[in-house]
Amino acid sequence: MFMTIGKRLVTVIPTVIGVVVVTFLLTRVLPGDPAVYFAGPAATPQSIADIRKSLGLDRSLPEQFVRYVSDLAHGNLGNSLSTGRPVVTEITSRLPASAELTLSGLLLSIAIAVPLGILAAVKQGSWIDHTCRVVTTAGVSLPVFFTGLLLVYVFYFLLGWAPAPIGRLDAFATAPPQITGFYVFDSLVSGNFETFRASLSQLILPALTLCIFSLAPIARMTRASMLAVLSSDFVRTARASGLDTRTVILTYAFRNAMLPVVTTLGMVFSFLLGANVLVEKVFAWPGIGSYAVEALLQSDFAPVQGFVLTMAVLYIVLNLLIDIIYGVIDPRVRLEG
Amino acid sequence: MAKKLHKPLAPALPDASGARPLLDIKDLTVEFVTRRGIVRAVEHVDITVAKGETLGIVGESGSGKSVTSYAMMRILDRAGRIAGGSVMFSGLDLRDAPEDDMRDLRGREMSMIFQNPRAALNPIRKIGRQIEDVLLQHAQVDSEAVSERAIDMLEQVRIARPRERYHAYPFELSGGMCQRVVIALALACRPQLLIADEPTTGLDVTTQKAVMDLVVDLTRERGMSTILITHDLGLAATYCDRVTVMEKGHVVENAKSDVIFKKPSHAYTRKLMRATPRPGVSLRDLLPADAPKPENAVTKIRSRKSNGTQGPLLVVEKLVKEFPRNSSSAPWTKLFGPKPPPEEETFRAVDGISFSIARGESVGLVGESGCGKSTTSTMVMRLIDRTSGLIMFDGDDIGEIPARNFAKLPLRKRIQMVFQDPTDSLNPRFTAGRAIADPIRQLGGIAANKVRERCEELAEQVGLPIDLLDRFPHQLSGGQKARVGIARAIALKPDLIILDEPTAALDVSVQAVVLNLLQDLKDSLGMSYLFVSHDLNVVRLLCDRVIVMRAGQIVEEGPTERVMGRPKADYTRDLLAAIPHPPL
Amino acid sequence: MTDTVVRAAPPSAAKPVSNSLLRHAQYVISENSVTGMAFGLFLLLALCALIGPYVVPYDPLASGPATLSPPSLSHWFGTDQTGRDIFSRVVVATRLDMIIALSSVALVFVMGGLAGIAAGFFGGWTDRIVGRISDTIMAFPLFVLAMGIVAALGNTVTNIVIATAIINFPLYVRVARAEANVRREAGFVQAARLSGNGEYRILLMHILPNIMPIMMVQISLTMGYAILNAAGLSFIGLGVRPPTPEWGIMVAEGAANIISGEWWIALFPGAALMIAVFCFNLLGDGLRDLVDPQRRT
Repeated sequence: MFMTIGKRLVTVIPTVIGVVVVTFLLTRVLPGDPAVYFAGPAATPQSIADIRKSLGLDRSLPEQFVRYVSDLAHGNLGNSLSTGRPVVTEITSRLPASAELTLSGLLLSIAIAVPLGILAAVKQGSWIDHTCRVVTTAGVSLPVFFTGLLLVYVFYFLLGWAPAPIGRLDAFATAPPQITGFYVFDSLVSGNFETFRASLSQLILPALTLCIFSLAPIARMTRASMLAVLSSDFVRTARASGLDTRTVILTYAFRNAMLPVVTTLGMVFSFLLGANVLVEKVFAWPGIGSYAVEALLQSDFAPVQGFVLTMAVLYIVLNLLIDIIYGVIDPRVRLEG
Repeated sequence: MAKKLHKPLAPALPDASGARPLLDIKDLTVEFVTRRGIVRAVEHVDITVAKGETLGIVGESGSGKSVTSYAMMRILDRAGRIAGGSVMFSGLDLRDAPEDDMRDLRGREMSMIFQNPRAALNPIRKIGRQIEDVLLQHAQVDSEAVSERAIDMLEQVRIARPRERYHAYPFELSGGMCQRVVIALALACRPQLLIADEPTTGLDVTTQKAVMDLVVDLTRERGMSTILITHDLGLAATYCDRVTVMEKGHVVENAKSDVIFKKPSHAYTRKLMRATPRPGVSLRDLLPADAPKPENAVTKIRSRKSNGTQGPLLVVEKLVKEFPRNSSSAPWTKLFGPKPPPEEETFRAVDGISFSIARGESVGLVGESGCGKSTTSTMVMRLIDRTSGLIMFDGDDIGEIPARNFAKLPLRKRIQMVFQDPTDSLNPRFTAGRAIADPIRQLGGIAANKVRERCEELAEQVGLPIDLLDRFPHQLSGGQKARVGIARAIALKPDLIILDEPTAALDVSVQAVVLNLLQDLKDSLGMSYLFVSHDLNVVRLLCDRVIVMRAGQIVEEGPTERVMGRPKADYTRDLLAAIPHPPL
Repeated sequence: MTDTVVRAAPPSAAKPVSNSLLRHAQYVISENSVTGMAFGLFLLLALCALIGPYVVPYDPLASGPATLSPPSLSHWFGTDQTGRDIFSRVVVATRLDMIIALSSVALVFVMGGLAGIAAGFFGGWTDRIVGRISDTIMAFPLFVLAMGIVAALGNTVTNIVIATAIINFPLYVRVARAEANVRREAGFVQAARLSGNGEYRILLMHILPNIMPIMMVQISLTMGYAILNAAGLSFIGLGVRPPTPEWGIMVAEGAANIISGEWWIALFPGAALMIAVFCFNLLGDGLRDLVDPQRRT
């Protein structure tokens, strides 16, 4: 088993190299001269040149790349020009916010989409099936930022059930002690129920937005996969052997059907990490997505670079996890490799 | 959650005239809802099986034989339903029984085994556990003893090292072993009736015999009744007490095995019997007695202009093909299967064989799966490159021309192929006419406006109605598609045609016609054939000489009559002995 | 099972089959009214894109006196913060969004499709190189990559098209490659070699026509995705620049007002987005039914 993991890690290395190179190239192509911006409106050409030199922008591209990689190796992602703080610290402090949001959205989505997909497949042609198809097609068609705004309008403005979309906590609550950085989890664990309620109520709408966004691909894949498996030869054998419906559907059909769904989760994660950025903007969520967007609009390249790199690495790690999970479920992958 | 142990059904009385049969299907009609409306797959069918009897249901594709058994077990798919008639099993009405009762019966009183055994098993569940599921479902044994019972079943189906194999997954087992596991599943609860739906299709002839012998032994031992559904008359004759013949959803004849094979009364049965390749008959005898004489009954062999030499057309010498083997480093694979020697980084599919084909000669290349016959034929075709050895065609060394360059050479015209699967070998987006015209357009050197004429000429030669030339493959029957493939192969007037199991996917009556067509074409066009097949009976009919291969090597070769009648090698003897003979 | 059903009506007895694609299309549309509806929607969108700018009541860029007024008879969708008529803006935006979607899909179809079938059919180094490029792109969360590309190259329509094409590249490659790979050793491909077809000829004349139907489905589905992508980029300020009317920007402009209850500024463009994407998704599903009934989802 560990050999398989080891092998997968090795194949990941070229991908990481590719990601590092691409991020470097991307941000060196940004329009706008950061030196000019940093020097300020009253700068002289001399001071701009000095600043450019101190930022290392006067060196050749390959030299800059070498500096960049060695900085990375030391965990240095540069400093943000607008705030002056190291990018690494900003990202690590903001990462839990984004992670909490994305994970909640995903878990909620799986909890709804998978049973829906299974039901739709088992009761093919029924009203559940048709509802599932409509819901998933609609879910895929809604722009995620629009869903967020709609939810805010309905649940905050019209119904007043949800709090204002101003971030993770409202003005009156204080952050819980840092255990994982997930406010909901931390406040629950440390017994701080006020904060728990506050952070949960702030989390609901954005998490729901992400959930609606990712419902569609998961439900569709589950349904399609279940349908394919239910008409397969080995399910026919199971039925012909008289196994009861529960065993046939859960033990025989579901486990086999989940394999393509697990693979789809990788793609869903990619979408979610992207949608994260949009949702953070709508709900003023202080995560790394909004950090990057602000920096982007100011041509501040270090945060953008750090952000893209972090997201890519996260994504690579997640895909690795998914491969491993797949290997656990499917013995054919384990034993033949 | 202890399930109460179910009492088995009261067994039917031992077979005596007038005794109640175990299974009594009367006037069964099954309908399917399709895009084109309601289709009746089975109409007014009567089938009876007595206790301890083995019944064969024989028919070609579309006869409804499988549908009948699916209907009986009530596992038809959503679009199908029983529209009429009754199904009585040991006195129980199966047609109207509630689904819960049916589930009880399935696996416990009546069970089924299917073709394609590896696909019939859950690929991610250990086989031992799968057997346990059935045992536990029908509460045959409690949960402590169930593993032992499962291992016991594996032993009964003659799987070696059952305790180890209990933990195996289906992909680690061979096709024959998978089928044994499926049989174990079916017999675990000692049902009264076993339905075997084409259980040996796709298996090698020797494996086929082993599996059928096993089924028969186990069922006779337990006094079970069996229904064997098959298209293979030989199989039915060897293993069944009685035979029911079906055609297009109807039963046409039903009699004891020896009666039906010696004195078939219905015309369709007679046609099927005639069409089955067997020793002692010629190709012509396969066709119905009243069939019109084929138009191309030209027996004169047109002599071919040769390269100046009159030597053999094809000479193969010490031909070798090696494939790189994926090194399997997983420790689990050491437990199962033969351990490959550590120095074997490559796999020798063809291990230094030599043979020749004369002009106008038809040579058969036989062997079981994995023997290297397909690899050999693909190399001769110049679709893949050899590792070493000589391939001489009409004096030219074609072996050294790389496969990817061969397509554009004039030599390409002289060696052509008829493929096994007519569906796979026709481009779904090309009409039949376009498929036949393709080689003519690429290599034929005929003026563009004459191409259609040539296609029509070819269609006539192979007996394909001209108006079918504008149809797409999915609009043609199996036999029609086979004809298109043959027309395409002879379009360039090749000297050598390689036929790779060309009739394996066809019904036996269609096969008879196609084999005759192939023989007539060979005679009238003066071609040589290399006929690759696993079916010795067919090879006997069509080939002058036969070569037997095993594990990449030639085991025996010689004139067909001699090899089949007085085989020298043990392997050949085993192969011949494993073929089920229809007693005619 | 299906084999039995098909054979029960022997081919010789079947009515002469018309190979008409139109006939089959009619059948699918009539069978499935939802697809028919989607087709109608598509026509409506095309109409808006083509003649919209000429028939709208107000100039989409012109400010007016009535700011932030709710939908009324004179302004069907209301007006925004500077008094521009939202209805006109929404209709005119159709053209821009459609152009972006169409161009990026056409671009990626050609690039990704060809790269994919070459990789799937030839294998070897072609496969490895295409695979590496595809993997590198896929290593990024796609929207994030699009953000990066547009940020790096600049906020123009061309760059949005390029970015969208790049992030869809792996998907097209994957589908095309899988289809080509399956058919690579198929009997009819071998037969084509026997007939004297060179490898490139086989790729273009034999394999490509078989793949086209599935690629068509992909195109329709990706159109929707391309529109969403462009809108998303505009929403965070990386897309089209104001005051150009584009659905995503309009939603962004109306976002702040939603909290104070002026829902119409963001809702109508958002709804337009949704309808367009919905339409393409349904069309894609309908196309899939047309092309490959066994794969109906």
